[in-house]
Amino acid sequence: MDGVTGKGETGPKFFCFVQGNSKDYLMSGDGGSSRKGASSSEERTLELKLGPPGGEEEFWAIKEYGKSSYFSHVASVQKGINNNMNSGQKFSADPAPKANGSSGSQKRTASPVMGWPPIRSSRRNLSSSSSLKLPPKFPHVVQDKISLEKPAENKGKGLFVKINMEGVPIGRKVNLKACDSYEKLASSVDQLFRGLLAAQWDSTGIETKQDNEKPISGVLDGSGEYTLVYEDNEGDMILVGDVPWDMFVSTVKRLHVLKSSELSATNFNQNKQEKGSFKT
Amino acid sequence: MNYFPDEVIEQVFDYVTSHQDRNSISLVCKSWYRIERLSRQRVFIGNCYSISPDKVIERFPAIRSLSLKGKPHFADFNLVPYDWGGHVYPWIVAMAKSKVNLEEIRLKRMVVSDESLELISSSFANFTSLVLVSCEGFTTNGLKAVAANCSLLRELDLQENEVEDHRSQWLNHFPESSTSLVTLNFSCLKGEINLAALERLVARSPNLKTLRVNRAVTLDSLQKILSWAPQLMDLGVGSFIHDPDSETFYKLKNTIVQCKSITSLSGFLEVAPYCLPAIYPVCSNLTSLNLSYALGIPASELIKLIRHCKRLQRLWILDCIGDKGLEVVASNCKDLQELRVFPSDPFGAGNTVVTEEGLVAISFGCKKLNSLLYFCHQMTNAALITVANNCPNFVRFRLCILDPTKADPLTQQPLDEGFGAIVQSCKGLKRLSLSGLLTDMVFLYIGMYAEQLEMLSVAFAGKSDKGMIYVLNGCKKLRKLEVRDSPFGDAALLADPGKYETMRSLWMSSCEVTLGACKALARKMPMLNVEIIDDSELTVDEALCGGAPVAVTADGDDKQKVEKMYLYRTLAGPRNDAPEFVCTL
Repeated sequence: MDGVTGKGETGPKFFCFVQGNSKDYLMSGDGGSSRKGASSSEERTLELKLGPPGGEEEFWAIKEYGKSSYFSHVASVQKGINNNMNSGQKFSADPAPKANGSSGSQKRTASPVMGWPPIRSSRRNLSSSSSLKLPPKFPHVVQDKISLEKPAENKGKGLFVKINMEGVPIGRKVNLKACDSYEKLASSVDQLFRGLLAAQWDSTGIETKQDNEKPISGVLDGSGEYTLVYEDNEGDMILVGDVPWDMFVSTVKRLHVLKSSELSATNFNQNKQEKGSFKT
Repeated sequence: MNYFPDEVIEQVFDYVTSHQDRNSISLVCKSWYRIERLSRQRVFIGNCYSISPDKVIERFPAIRSLSLKGKPHFADFNLVPYDWGGHVYPWIVAMAKSKVNLEEIRLKRMVVSDESLELISSSFANFTSLVLVSCEGFTTNGLKAVAANCSLLRELDLQENEVEDHRSQWLNHFPESSTSLVTLNFSCLKGEINLAALERLVARSPNLKTLRVNRAVTLDSLQKILSWAPQLMDLGVGSFIHDPDSETFYKLKNTIVQCKSITSLSGFLEVAPYCLPAIYPVCSNLTSLNLSYALGIPASELIKLIRHCKRLQRLWILDCIGDKGLEVVASNCKDLQELRVFPSDPFGAGNTVVTEEGLVAISFGCKKLNSLLYFCHQMTNAALITVANNCPNFVRFRLCILDPTKADPLTQQPLDEGFGAIVQSCKGLKRLSLSGLLTDMVFLYIGMYAEQLEMLSVAFAGKSDKGMIYVLNGCKKLRKLEVRDSPFGDAALLADPGKYETMRSLWMSSCEVTLGACKALARKMPMLNVEIIDDSELTVDEALCGGAPVAVTADGDDKQKVEKMYLYRTLAGPRNDAPEFVCTL
């Protein structure tokens, strides 16, 4: 759809001429640049004109409309919009909106008319919020869609994010605001799960000893038995530590502590499937 | 009738239920007015600013059910600035103070605060029914109050509202003693739900007939819910993705077979096409199917599904079904009365998925069709004329061509003749939405033929004031007219000021109307509120997020064009909650 860029935003590369009365702005092919008044004759020949061939060199200009949409000022000046430039109907008043002439399937751009098409916001965002990446058959589904929706909980000054450890059925929540670095986060992981992990060994019948409580270390560099990964706001699984801490905090949605030995792309999926859902 | 005692007349009036009929009988004579008003239980106010709550209570002290509408229809498409108004709180306060026995509240396009919900839940002991459609302003905390305090609640129906999720676990707050739910619809909520709480709630609600869940409700939770509620008639599915080879999926298929009462299916807010066959067993009973939020189902799967649905009366679907898919609908769904085809990719490249051909096929196959909303990439006059001939029973006909000024691609002509055929053939047409290239001719036809027309939506149409004047003169039953981006100006606005007192409202945006004309109209018609809405100083984003408003006044050049004008008849005078960017002249 043609768009107008009255404020000089980058817009589609269409010509767009509308009768105006105050200023003489010409919308040029690279969108947004405005030149006053008459341009050189060479430039004139390069520009599309809407008017009877050989007729007056009247330049249709774009009204100063602020944020008005393309269609709103086209409609307001026209008495008969005609999409087809070659229709031979009267041109004395009114331009055709699609100055580049072609009808049919033009690639529409990201600058639509305000409030058009008339659909509710919940429908408008449908294609962007829904994942069309569902592969043909389970179990190769890459993402658990539900967990995409889970925002990190923001309790006042805390940023609490769920963290699950492989092999431990009970998850924890870690306050990222209380950590200010990856090192602090890693030690939180140890604090949160050391006891729980030891309790897991208990349940498998192995003798309980205090020294079964091993510290959980090396989660950041792959050197330990476990590795820390996270799910970001786009649903992707990423190794913790690649980006600056602040960027990590702003995109992290949940954390996983996975066994380093089983860490591989396909195993991500299988691990998730075995655990069942990550839902409440 | 005056010889009968009042009680007898009242008994007779009990059989008169429609609002319009009750309004009519109240006009017959004073005693009928009195009897009617004292016995009216269901009150419908189409514009919350047309009358004050106190007056409503004064006239109808026996009120049990209140229905209110707030913002103008174009608010659905972001044309009305955030904060324009439509607050329900004053109504709840007034009702609570006067101690009326309110049982039911139904709101559309209103701003509902958590305080309002809390006040409702604490003020009305017999409250049973809350229906909110396209509302906003509340959070899950408000829902918590309703769940916890309305012990007799039968209906909680949230349709397409904007609700902030405060992780309130509101579902957990239905007490264990709450067993009366008949309708529960929370499909529009974006947040998490305690699945176990939902399952328990369903298990203890034997009267539950309608359940529409949100995306957070998984397929395995759905299976458990359905096993508790095989009596369900109306089901809205949340997430429908699972390994089709799993035990859970197998259980679900068996559970669904037990649900012999389901006649309405909707939702599928997340769906894997390979899971769809699980619902085939219920398809033969379905009269209503809404897949308009179910992105990601290819046309071939939709077609397979539709073939099972021979009894459909209402179908809401995405345009990825394609013209071919609509042909299948036409040959399978002979009982179809209502069809809505929504765009799956509104701003995308024109991969013409549905065109006029799909609609023509439908018109040949579905002779009972009376309600249509159709988004398409193109339309021809020939197609519209064929549709008009095949389907004379349209009550609602809304066509949206995605390129709003597109001519008939075969003839390059405007679509005047096509729409003209529709209004001429469909003598019972009450609602019409136009699009495509249109001149004043279409309005001449509408004025001449659309005798029952109550609501008309116009966008990018017409050539002169005459267009609007034809409609105002011709459509005697017109109640709502909404116009955007059309060249109607002062002459049209002022052609028949008295007409607006017979209508609920008029909306005009991006037209040719000037401030001076609006002022003149306001002066002449004191029973109208003529509102000028000016958010033009804001960018789109600011306007939507309630950015710094600019005070609008009636001073200013009378010749300046008014960007947005909304006028409506009212007994309440200018409203006292208008924000700065709204000026009532």
